[in-house]
Amino acid sequence: MSKLLLDPTGERHVAERTRLDRPASLDGQVIGLLDISKPRGDVFLDQLERRLVEAGATVKRYKKPTFTKPAPVDLRQEIATSCTLVIEALAD
Amino acid sequence: MSTSPAARPVLPDGFVVIVKEECETCRMVAPLLAQFECTVYTQDDPTFPHSVSPTHDADLSVSWHHDIETVPTLIKVMNGVELERTVGWSRAEWQRITGVHGLGDDLPVMRPGCGSMSVDPDLVDALRARFGGHVLKARRIELADLDDEMEALFDRGFTDGLPVVPPTEERVLRMLEGTTRAPDEVVAVVPPDLVEVTVEKIAINAVMAGCRPEYLPWVIAAVEAICTDEFNIHGVLATTMPVGPVIVCNGPGTRAIGMNAAGNALGQGNRANLTIGRAVQLVVRNVGGGRPGEVDRATHGNPGKISFCFAELEDGSPFTPLATSLGMPTDANALTVFAGEGPRCIVDQLARDPDSLANTFAACLRTLHNPKLVLGFDVILVVGPEHARVFAEAGWDRDRLLAELHARLQLSGEELVRGAHGIAEGIPEHLRSATLPKFRPGGILVVHAGGGAGLFSAMIGGWANGDIGSKPVTRLVGN
Repeated sequence: MSKLLLDPTGERHVAERTRLDRPASLDGQVIGLLDISKPRGDVFLDQLERRLVEAGATVKRYKKPTFTKPAPVDLRQEIATSCTLVIEALAD
Repeated sequence: MSTSPAARPVLPDGFVVIVKEECETCRMVAPLLAQFECTVYTQDDPTFPHSVSPTHDADLSVSWHHDIETVPTLIKVMNGVELERTVGWSRAEWQRITGVHGLGDDLPVMRPGCGSMSVDPDLVDALRARFGGHVLKARRIELADLDDEMEALFDRGFTDGLPVVPPTEERVLRMLEGTTRAPDEVVAVVPPDLVEVTVEKIAINAVMAGCRPEYLPWVIAAVEAICTDEFNIHGVLATTMPVGPVIVCNGPGTRAIGMNAAGNALGQGNRANLTIGRAVQLVVRNVGGGRPGEVDRATHGNPGKISFCFAELEDGSPFTPLATSLGMPTDANALTVFAGEGPRCIVDQLARDPDSLANTFAACLRTLHNPKLVLGFDVILVVGPEHARVFAEAGWDRDRLLAELHARLQLSGEELVRGAHGIAEGIPEHLRSATLPKFRPGGILVVHAGGGAGLFSAMIGGWANGDIGSKPVTRLVGN
């Protein structure tokens, strides 16, 4: 007779999601840059913003209130509805 | 499911008697069962008693579902509903319920019955799983006969590095007896995966941690407390600092479940202390998905991240208990969660007056995380009984001790600015002329615990405090 145990996990069934194709060009893309509020993350993002604008993209800047907590739902919603691409910067 | 839920058998109208042949009282009343119309269920010998045609309650389904604790039990049923029952033999009760005058007049006035087989300690867990297993919604994990269940649990990543108790249906149902809350009730949403955790999932992890059922309400309260925005278990888990949830328990319930607040309270050896804290961490690991090397990015961690839970020694303490000082009713069962590192000893074996001892406390507390960093971290100060006695004899209570400590921990900006004392770490230069407190108001949490011998106390450093990090959270412990 086999033994039965109960699953102690959250039983998350992660749906298989395929990655989007890489955009052929940055021209016309709206790129969100999310600063997670770690020190000097803004320095890195400033550089990125310059390069992206040169490449023809529109850049929007966002910031988490604190790096210790996930981004608030409203912020995630705003990014999702107003950007076509997102870059999240982790600095340390 | 290993078994399908058995429907609750309906009792036939009239009189129902449940007996077992092994019971002397049942054998004594057996001849009476032919003297009035009744349905007899027998638990052991299918032919007992021979004078009637008994129904064999072979799987104890009737006995289980109708909560038979003693045999014989006489039940009066009308329209499928139980009206009344009597257990054991009471001549007056049997005569009154059956309405049969003279029933058993030759028998003694009263005889106690025997334990029903449905509450036999050797059978009850299996019966609970057979008849109550359908309430468990968790996915089943099937192991082959030859699987070593301990190794199988390690292989699946369910453990904290130590063996866990395999969570069988029997054990989880027994654990759920420790709470009145429904198994499918959602208790909290657990980071980092933000998964809803039910009472059942907490019970599964409590079984694995080694808890007894009576600890479960404490585990549930602690899970609720850490999964608040104030405590921020997401950040506590993810941080590179060596912190985890430290659980301080208060109230008479700590003594009822045998928690240790005395010698070695912060150490090994007490099942309640160790397994409550461990169960909480297993919930974070298994339900929330928070594992070292993944979202848990601790540089060093600390051994308390396996479990760090203890009770306050309230008897003989000169201080208001921690939970009461944080707003809970006096003598309530409550716990406080604190994002803390491992404990460090504060030694002072010579102080006999409170000022001298407060000086030692302040000098040690100043060094927390870095002597030049202020206001960013809270601390739990665990005052040992021999140190507490010094304050008690001088009439210092919690408020007085805290006021004296805060007064001693006002630090000059000159001492703290970056570069001072040849140490780069410190506060910005523009604060050079300021006087700054080491701790924010409320940033020192005083707890009384420890053994009766030893002029020692302990300090447990915190993590980033306040809105950007973690605040201590206190919760009542329910049933």
